[in-house]
Amino acid sequence: MKSPLSWVIALLAGSIVLAGYFLRKLVPVLSEVQALVLQWAVVLAALALLVGVVNLLAVHWRKVKEGKSTSIYSIVLIVSLVATFVITAWDSPTGSWSLWILNNIQIPIEASLVALLAIILAYTAARMFRYRTNFMTIVFIAVVVLILLGTTPLYGTAKVTALQSLSTLFKQVASWLTQTWATAGARGILLGVALGTIAAGLRILLGADRPYGG
Amino acid sequence: MTALKTLGDFPALVIIIVFAGLMIIFMVAGRKHPGRNLREIHAFTRLRRAVGLAVEAGTRMHISLGRGGIIGPEAGSALAGFSMLDRITRAASISDRPPVATAGDSILSILSQDTLRGTYRAMGVEHEYKPGSAQLTGLTPLSYAAGAMPVIRDGQVSTNVLAGHFGSEVALLTDAGERAGSITIAGTDSLPGQAVLFAASHEPLIGEELFAGGAYLSAGPLHIASLRTLDVFRWALILVILLGALARFVGIWK
Repeated sequence: MKSPLSWVIALLAGSIVLAGYFLRKLVPVLSEVQALVLQWAVVLAALALLVGVVNLLAVHWRKVKEGKSTSIYSIVLIVSLVATFVITAWDSPTGSWSLWILNNIQIPIEASLVALLAIILAYTAARMFRYRTNFMTIVFIAVVVLILLGTTPLYGTAKVTALQSLSTLFKQVASWLTQTWATAGARGILLGVALGTIAAGLRILLGADRPYGG
Repeated sequence: MTALKTLGDFPALVIIIVFAGLMIIFMVAGRKHPGRNLREIHAFTRLRRAVGLAVEAGTRMHISLGRGGIIGPEAGSALAGFSMLDRITRAASISDRPPVATAGDSILSILSQDTLRGTYRAMGVEHEYKPGSAQLTGLTPLSYAAGAMPVIRDGQVSTNVLAGHFGSEVALLTDAGERAGSITIAGTDSLPGQAVLFAASHEPLIGEELFAGGAYLSAGPLHIASLRTLDVFRWALILVILLGALARFVGIWK
């Protein structure tokens, strides 16, 4: 049984923030209380970051102690984390050493992951036929190909008139697909997500979902 | 349009009050007249089966809550993820390998620890809870994905449930799942993430389907009531859009 006190606190905080959005002109004090509660949330989020990092360290420390074959990655993570923490604390986040770590380690690694992501996405689209070979899969792949043809430069088409007009046609089709069909579909999905978000928030306020309070 | 603008935030407040009222009405009505079936969503049917199989085979369920925060607009999808985490943990905690949760945000990580601990306590097996079952795997989108990949690959995971805010980096997770031979059931509130998941996951959850997880995993009458309310609002929106388009077509509304 979860504590009713935590639910009451969550209900009060949620209701105040919600009321602060809608009734700030009618009851100005609500706006101030809302700002205060949100400030607390920001401070707590910063503290949560520290707790999260400790959790990350603890998980990898346990892996090192267990001596698994992949524990070398955990050692690298722990050493990197401690070294970055010490250097950034000593040199400040905008110091030359801290920025060197960011520019020469973090950014290149993430950039290489993005490059890998591009390959994976192309492979995934082809692999989709294995999961679901239906009409929607064919539509999906056809749209991907049409958008690619319409948005990427087709070299050599400028010299041949027939190819040039084909390239223009692809551009028009791609534009029609993205501006009409994709926008309409995206708005439909976003409306659904917005309704779902309201439902999820109200379930928290009404106490049906309680991801807090143990 | 100008008339709507002068009303300010008032219509949104009315929508939320009506939404809450309908949820309560449907919950009460649902208790009086139970037995109305929900339409089948294939992803949830497969998820229920996957939970049973994980318990039987002694494999692990991996629930990823994404990298959205709890304060911003991405909170809704994370909250839906928590609801699924709770239900899956209840069903799969007796497995030899209990579920593991990953997150790319520190608050989500703490809340997932709290959800897991609370669920184990509610089931009377709190001693089974391990703090490492809920992990913060990274704080940037790509580091989060890179950190969650070993969990999928090395953790004897048979099913990945990705429910939260993800961008296109989610493809790294689905690819890790594919390589590990596990199935992936996934939904997100972000449009790029949904596009990727439609192609990359075995069972994608489109749009508001993500928020129906609790109702389909028997989380309680309020979950089913919220689903019915969603249906009412969805039809109301469709009607408003159609009437708006018609009004504009015949020139009544400019």
